[in-house]
Amino acid sequence: MYIGKPSDIKPSEITDRKVYQQRRRFLGVAGVSAAGLAAAAALPGLLSASRGVHAQARLAAAYQSPFNTKEALTPYKDVTTYNNFYEFGVGKSDPAELAASLKPHPWTVTVDGACASPGAYHLEDFIKPHALGDYVYRHRCVEAWSMVIPWVGFPLAEVIKRARPTGAAKFVQFTTLLDPKMFPGQRFPVLDWPYTEGLRMDEALHPLTLLAVGLYGEVLPNQNGAPLRLVVPWKYGFKSIKSIVRISFVEQQPITTWMRAVPSRYGFYSNVNPDVDTVPWSQRYERRIGNLFKQKTLMFNGYGAQVAHLYAGMNLAKDY
Amino acid sequence: MATRQTLVRYGLKPTVFVLCLLPLLRQGWLAYTGNLGANPIGELTNETGVWSLRLLLVTLAITPLRRLTGWGWLVSARRMLGLYAFAYGMLHLAVYWGLNQYFDLSLIAGDLKRPYIFAGYLALLFMVLLAATSTDAMVRRLGRRWQKLHRLVYAVAILGVLHYLLLVKIDFLPPLGYGAALAALLGWRLWAWQIAPRWGVLLRRGEPVTPTRLAGHR
Ligand code: HEM
Repeated sequence: MYIGKPSDIKPSEITDRKVYQQRRRFLGVAGVSAAGLAAAAALPGLLSASRGVHAQARLAAAYQSPFNTKEALTPYKDVTTYNNFYEFGVGKSDPAELAASLKPHPWTVTVDGACASPGAYHLEDFIKPHALGDYVYRHRCVEAWSMVIPWVGFPLAEVIKRARPTGAAKFVQFTTLLDPKMFPGQRFPVLDWPYTEGLRMDEALHPLTLLAVGLYGEVLPNQNGAPLRLVVPWKYGFKSIKSIVRISFVEQQPITTWMRAVPSRYGFYSNVNPDVDTVPWSQRYERRIGNLFKQKTLMFNGYGAQVAHLYAGMNLAKDY
Repeated sequence: MATRQTLVRYGLKPTVFVLCLLPLLRQGWLAYTGNLGANPIGELTNETGVWSLRLLLVTLAITPLRRLTGWGWLVSARRMLGLYAFAYGMLHLAVYWGLNQYFDLSLIAGDLKRPYIFAGYLALLFMVLLAATSTDAMVRRLGRRWQKLHRLVYAVAILGVLHYLLLVKIDFLPPLGYGAALAALLGWRLWAWQIAPRWGVLLRRGEPVTPTRLAGHR
């Protein structure tokens, strides 16, 4: 549902967590299931209108994820100014400062590989069939800091079912846009561009696994991976690939960008695991952005009850 | 006309003193106004570390600069620069112990097994030795041994660069940049003190540059 023009909204209203949470509660009660559709239909216009930190167009979600955490949200400002998005540069503030060079509209998402219904979609067509939900997840970076982020999105499983993968589809591979004009960081060979990531099919189908199009009830800011990104909350943040243009069903386990970059440190699974160091760091503790004291990191980032069974019998120190 | 001594005392030294203090004042101001960003403790850790390394390299640049420019008075700033590098290193350690590990001895000890942390401690330990023997009295007391001891500064700088190289995730450019600067500073010494004299190459002043000639300057 399109609530208002960006310019109608006072910054105080956007950043105030209480207002945001009240609105979420109201929308949850109202339970307008058509809201997601309407938002998706309105997306293209809103995307091109959006600019600057507080100028993102509003998105409304039709439902609340049952997995939502009640932990305090990380402030909008921190979520949108402290980012690892090497396509813009390796500094934490580079993505927010250089974000304007990314044009998330028009945008095409290609679904291909081992599936019965492949296709290339305009972003709005890609999103349209899905109702948007609110997903408040913990986000744990491999650099031992963490946030709590209210995403707006829909389960990846819905997209997978629509594509009807064949029996040969054992993994899902994701690819970020390759365009050094939009992503100045891609002019430097810091990583092997384009960025790719992957999930095992059961991980990809898990109800926690999300395709996000927004955060804090707003269209995804460019620096957070506009217009479409993955969110896999029990894995380190780099698994949650941003600015996706391709989703492919493959038979072999994909080699991801970080596996290629430093194979000894980064494995395919990259599940949050306090018992396995990621050289040179310990993963035992994390700093929740905004807190002075560190806190203990939880296995699978606290989502063990939901996902531990996916890894039954595996040695996670070896399959890191 | 002011003598060189008064220029050094009332001009050079206070200037260097204030310049070296600026990064700390800036960090203090940003912390006070809440402008250190989303991860202020990480920012303080990195800034104190990187300024320790920068000042170490500036300290090591004094001798080559002096030789290349002929500005002998530069050497009067060297001790202060070195002590500032040490001070930023101690601040770095204080931030790490206090704000990263909360003085939890088991955490602090457990981190020692990480090569980058170990290299950091070794570098700082050497800097303690250098700082403790930096007084005029110590220079006089140790005589020729002072020069030998203070060659440890090369090890400190190498360990500092190594520490940085070992802690980055993927962006090796900054530590490699500092490494290249260090290589140039050490390479100049190798050339000027070992290779050039042996080849009988004369520098601008017409005399071969030798370690003994260079060292005695305070
Ligand atoms: C006393 C022992 C030391 C310890 C325990 C220590 C620890 C640390 C830690 C925990 C970090 C942050 C790493 C991260 O962000 O993940 C760091 C960064 C750094 N330290 Fe140290 N350090 C020590 C000594 C030194 C010394 C002596 C120098 C300089 C000569 C130095 C230079 C640096 C630099 C340049 C960085 C990186 C800054 C950046 O990424 O921008 N450290 N150190």
